[in-house]
Parts: sequence; C-alpha cells; structure tokens
Amino acid sequence: MAELHLPTTLPPLFPGLPRRLDVDAATVAAAIEHLDERWPGLRDRLCEPGPALRRHINVYVDRERAGLDTPLEPRSRVDVIAAISGG
Amino acid sequence: MAQTVLLVGTRKGCFVLESDADRKDWQIRGPYCEGWPVYHAVHDPDTDAIFAAAASEWHGAGVWRSGDLGETWELSSEGLSYDDDGPKLSKISGLTAAHGRVLAGVETAGVFESRDGGATWSLLSRLDGQPLREDWDDPAKQPPGHLGLPAILPHPDEASRFWAVVQGIGIFETTDDGASFTPRNRGLRADWPLENPEVGYCVHKLVMSPVDHERLYQQNHVGMHRSDDGAQSWVEITDGLPTEFGFAAAAHPHDRDTFYVIPLDPGHGRCMPEGEAAVWRTRDAGSTWQRLDRGLPQRDAHLGVLREGLAIDTLDVPGLYFGTSTGQVFASADEGESWNEIASYLPAISSVEVAVVG
Repeated sequence: MAELHLPTTLPPLFPGLPRRLDVDAATVAAAIEHLDERWPGLRDRLCEPGPALRRHINVYVDRERAGLDTPLEPRSRVDVIAAISGG
Repeated sequence: MAQTVLLVGTRKGCFVLESDADRKDWQIRGPYCEGWPVYHAVHDPDTDAIFAAAASEWHGAGVWRSGDLGETWELSSEGLSYDDDGPKLSKISGLTAAHGRVLAGVETAGVFESRDGGATWSLLSRLDGQPLREDWDDPAKQPPGHLGLPAILPHPDEASRFWAVVQGIGIFETTDDGASFTPRNRGLRADWPLENPEVGYCVHKLVMSPVDHERLYQQNHVGMHRSDDGAQSWVEITDGLPTEFGFAAAAHPHDRDTFYVIPLDPGHGRCMPEGEAAVWRTRDAGSTWQRLDRGLPQRDAHLGVLREGLAIDTLDVPGLYFGTSTGQVFASADEGESWNEIASYLPAISSVEVAVVG
C-alpha cells in the first residue's frame, strides 16, 4: 500500500477525505482513480483533460518529482502538493 | 415575511447578505465556497437554489451549489470540460438559471448546461460556424486576458431562446436551444476596424426589461445602447452620461423605460470619474439621464464595478445594489434616490445578484 499525503485544500471539498491515507495502486494515476471512486470529482481537482496534472499541482513519489504514469512501490510515499502561491 | 437576499461573489469566496423587505438592516454570512474566487453567483427562483461559478488556481473551475441559501454547499465540475484534445476551459464566467436548467458561459468560449441542479454538466454549444469563429480561440488574436463567453440572457417565456455574449465579438441569439445562432449586433458602434461588420463588438452587459421582452439595453465598451426589437437592431443612447464606458447595468423591473448604469473612466483605471461615486438612471429609455449620488462617497472614491456588479430587486419600490472592486456593497431601497453602505470590507467583488424569497 502506498502512503498518500494530500494538500490541506482538498479535504474541505470532500466530506470524510483525510489528509493521509493508504492506497493500493500501481501508478499515481491509478491512485487518483481510487480516490475518485470513493470521492467522486476528486480527479478533476488534481487533473485536467489530457489527462495531465493541473499546472499548480505537483506530485512527489519517494521525494522524487512524479507524473501520472510514475509507478508506485508497495511502500511508496506519495506527496500531492498544491503550489505555494497566491495572496 | 419576504426576505431580501444578496449573493456577492468575491475574489475570496461567496458571501450572503440578508435583510427583510425594508432593506435597512443587513446581516452578512460567509465566506463560502472555500474561499475560491467566485465570478458570478445566482439564485434560481424556481428552486431557491444558489449557484456560484468559481475557479481555483490549484483545483480548476467548477460550480458550487447550495439548496439552503448558502448554509451548505457542494461543488461539481462533472462534464464541465472540453475534449482531451480540445481547448482548455479555464473559467466559468457567467451563470443563468431559467426554464428548469442552469446555463454556464465559459472561457474558452462555450455554453454548458445542467439539467440536474448543477450536479452534472454537458456542452450545449461552442457557437461553431459564426463569422470569424475560427479566430476566437487563437491567442494571437485575443486582447489582454482571455476571450470568453461571460453572459447568457434567457428569454423569459421561450425556453429554447437565449442571447449569448462573447467578449470582444458581440451578441448571438439562438431560438433553437443552441443548434444555431445569429449575430445581433446591427447598429452597434466599434471604434476599431472590423474584418466582418457582423462581429467585433465589445458588449459588456446585456439586460432585458422584464415588462417588455423586446426592450433590451446594453452597456458596451463604446457607449450605451437600446433595442426595441429584441436585439434585432440597436440605437446609441450615450448622450448625457459622463463617459461612454462602464460594465454594470440594470433594467427596472416594472418600467420598460427605466434603466441604470455605472459609468467608469474608459482608460486603464476604469473607476468612477473624479473619485465621485454615482449611479446614473434614465426614465425615458435613454433620452435623458439623472445622476444618483445621495449617500454615495463624493471624495477620493475610486470605485470600480464589474459587469455583474449591479443588481435590482423586484419589490414594488425596487432596491438597487452594487458591489465594488474594493469590497464595498452599496444599497438603495428607493430606486436609487439614496444609498447606504451595507458592507465595507469584503474581498474584491465580482458579482452582486438579488433575490426576494419567502
């Protein structure tokens, strides 16, 4: 199971969504799909048509910059980061 | 007892201002929509639902909806996108609830609809085939910012008929629910060269008289205009106003000849002239104009009001409301004769809509 960490901006949009959860998935895209099944609409908050990660959403797998097709190991740590910006 | 509800879309979420029919004392609730920038929040009079068009820099565009006047909200963008190889939908600019559905005008230009109360959406039209349509999505041919479809004006009686405004292009009417459109820009002025005289007009705000559906008004980038034939043709009615430029406009709910605008400096500042706040009204369809400023700040008031920033209610003596780019809301309970500041420190305001409920 990969250990997924989500940005603070997501849980308020999806009741019951925790900041940290375990996901059984082979890739980043598959992990997001898993989340979308349980919290419909979540994929659209992270991805745009293409599909591709949204411009200001960054994903790191085991501290390396990742994309949707990056593979996950059973004990991978996945950090989904909303870019630090705005005012 | 009737409740007067203002929906205020701001750069940091949606706010709800409430009063009774006297419209003297107001309570403010919010911010809602998780602080997402809200470009336009509207009320559906058939269901009392609220819809708020929003776009987060991080999480994309969506429509928030509330069935309890803003106490609780849900977000959806299901279906609100173009194909994987199509243009990008960057923003939902304007919403309209009418005839049992919600229409959304978006950027890149297109019209989406929801027939299930905002839960899911589908593309209704991209106005394909309109004159110079192929240029609309070309970034090299667009002004600063983007070219979107910010407003849809529904016909009150005919469900398949509405007018869509495309920024810098003009007005388009459909009578077959978006299957086909016709440009409705005849008589408008353009102070720039036109490749095709049917299009190329900068329509900022389009409104219809609720008591005469052939009577429309518009605030244009260049001048105020009136139509007496359902937008088939336009005549300019700018004379008597301090500037020809502005964004917001409102039609009186009971009198076809009364119409309100907020003229702004036409340069890049786009604030009220001379730092003196005023709303202007005509009672004779644009032949003469009156300045309405009692209660409004007359010194150092460099206020901007955007296209959806002015609203008018439907009470017997209608109230007017406008919200500024600096976060104030001003209200008049006497058709604009006198004004009070009812909110002072909101985030920058994009839209103000009013509903009378209960």
